[in-house]
Amino acid sequence: MLGLSKSDIRIFLLVVVLTIFAPFILNPFPEASGLAQFNAGYPDLMQRFVIFGIFAIGFNILFGLTGYLSFGHAAFLGVGSYAAIWMMKLLTMNVIPGIIMSVLIAGIFAVAVGYISLKRTGIYFSILTLAFAQMSFALAYSVLTPITGGETGLQPKISDPRMLDAALASGEAPRANLFGLEMGTSYELALSGWVFTFNVGYYVAAIVMIIALYIAIRIFRSPFGVMLRAVKSNQQRMRYTGLNPKPYTLAAFVISGMYAGLAGGLMVAMDTQVGPERMFWTASGEVVLMTILGGTGTIVGPILGAGLIKYMENILSKINADILYEWFAMLPDSIADILVFVIYPFIGKGWHLTLGIIFMCVVIFLPGGLVEGGQRIGNMFGRKKKTEGEKSSQPAE
Amino acid sequence: MDAILLQILNGLDKGSAYALIALGLTLIFGTLGVVNFAHGALFMVGAFCAVTFQRILNISFQTIDPTKKDFLGNPLKVDTTYIESWLGPNLGSGILDWAVPISILFAIPVMILIGYVMERGLIKHFYRRPHADQILVTFGLAIVLQEIIKFFYGANPIPTPAPEMFAGSFDFGAAVGLAEDTIIYPYWRLVYFLFSMGIIAAVFSFLQFTTFGMVVRAGMADRETVGLLGINIDRRFTIMFAIAAVVAGLAGLMYTPINAPNYHMGMDFLVLSFVVVVVGGMGSLSGAVLAGFLLGILESFASMKEVIAILPGINQIIIYLVAIIILLTRPRGLMGRKGVMED
Repeated sequence: MLGLSKSDIRIFLLVVVLTIFAPFILNPFPEASGLAQFNAGYPDLMQRFVIFGIFAIGFNILFGLTGYLSFGHAAFLGVGSYAAIWMMKLLTMNVIPGIIMSVLIAGIFAVAVGYISLKRTGIYFSILTLAFAQMSFALAYSVLTPITGGETGLQPKISDPRMLDAALASGEAPRANLFGLEMGTSYELALSGWVFTFNVGYYVAAIVMIIALYIAIRIFRSPFGVMLRAVKSNQQRMRYTGLNPKPYTLAAFVISGMYAGLAGGLMVAMDTQVGPERMFWTASGEVVLMTILGGTGTIVGPILGAGLIKYMENILSKINADILYEWFAMLPDSIADILVFVIYPFIGKGWHLTLGIIFMCVVIFLPGGLVEGGQRIGNMFGRKKKTEGEKSSQPAE
Repeated sequence: MDAILLQILNGLDKGSAYALIALGLTLIFGTLGVVNFAHGALFMVGAFCAVTFQRILNISFQTIDPTKKDFLGNPLKVDTTYIESWLGPNLGSGILDWAVPISILFAIPVMILIGYVMERGLIKHFYRRPHADQILVTFGLAIVLQEIIKFFYGANPIPTPAPEMFAGSFDFGAAVGLAEDTIIYPYWRLVYFLFSMGIIAAVFSFLQFTTFGMVVRAGMADRETVGLLGINIDRRFTIMFAIAAVVAGLAGLMYTPINAPNYHMGMDFLVLSFVVVVVGGMGSLSGAVLAGFLLGILESFASMKEVIAILPGINQIIIYLVAIIILLTRPRGLMGRKGVMED
């Protein structure tokens, strides 16, 4: 089906189902209960899940397949964002032109950066991409202020030309929409204590992510994908067989840059503002963390990693000492004090510490990321099943 | 003339910091073959050694001074630090004033310990893993160290003043025979420059003139053969890692009066230091030092008003621009050895 193998289609359909029903799945706790703060089913966070999922899927095409570690991918995200917001300012608040333009401009930028950076490999490549990204950040912050808005960034204003849009009624603010359907529109469904929110923006982003994932799977399984794996395993051997690795690597770089641009365009579509901090190198580091955490070179790993990090960033960081005391209320005070003292550094503002520790553990013990961890656990419990169905297991790579 | 001299002087202190971090990075890379992304964090930890030491010295007790009254007429409570009460007000306050330089004595054992634990506990297991894995795990470690510091010291910069004696500036122009008041230079920056020159000289002479250094250099050239000769090269490399940690720590410690330390100062310096290492040539110690000063001075030249008027924004990107040009035209960097990480 759809040109995918059976196991791929299973994973793909699983992701599709999960994204469609995400507003239910991410809201497992009733609104009134104390656990409601763990609900992630609000539009802003769900949008982040899918958008950063796209970003990480794209990064994985480069890093997972070719092994080139780029430390400057946020630059493409930023460039895509700026392209999209300018489309909104000049043409229309409809998100389609903005998203298309963000992919195109990020692609062109990626061709230029990739052409130069790919002259070197290994750590030099990482440094070159980092240098380009930091340059873009510094320029967006200072000299390019007329285009980028500098420190304050860009937002759509009432006075913008917007050539394709009808004039706004007085007092109306320009809002991002898809053929009149506003991105911010939400439908709330209340079911005996539970409140589920269905947001237009989320579903637009989710559909884009599903398409992006489909394309990524096709790339992974195509002859082109095999070439990219060859680049990772042995470039010299590849050259001996008469193939030039350079164009393949550059193509992978540009594709992953376009994915980053797409993510940037979608970010603007959801929340119409851009600032240069989106291009800072820590943002590039974040996508590296996501991909490694989830599982490099796997199909769902990056989405998983992006979801986990964004969940921690938004939910874990909200917990403070008072909430902890509430949880441990049934325990004697002294034990509660000790527990809070031990746990407190890892939550709230300290969530980065938890992230850093998890990340280090993954790199040390689970080079395949959470996906590998899941497989190991699966093997532990399902060993019997595996031997029965050995014929259908994947061919050796 | 004086404008040029001024920019060179301005570039020296930043250049010294770059050079010291890059020197440590290169030491680690040259000996262990490990790309250490946590080196900036070591720089930051060193800076916080000074903060910690200062806080320890400032532990005080309260006494009621019956001779003085506060504005309500109650007896005034006076904070006296223990160190002042033990060593007398003169020596005590002198030590407090000199807290930053004295904290070197405190920082050296701390940094050796951190370096040793880090190498034996973590880096050791990554010798044979690809460079990408080394970068990733040390990147994770850097995040962890940074967050630990943030947890204990907060997110705001903590001012740590230089000793009173070096607090002001002096007229450098007059000292070298130019017109007065053309070049005013803070004392502490000069101290920092001289200090870093001292450290660099110490590291180089340690490698060049001691038996230990000779063995380490031999190990850098051919680790396996040195091992076959019955020398425990791993242990020496671990010591070199600790030394590199000390170099980074001291660089950060002495930098505190120039720039109040905060938890992400390490990351800010790390990115630039990596660029410095690559420009200097991976594995070349002299290249790292040279490139550090060169880029520091270039950066300060690029921030001259005249230069910005011609090329706006050049001060922000000059280092990266130079790095890109060097990497593309000289694959080995300025002074890289042949055959070390060339592709």
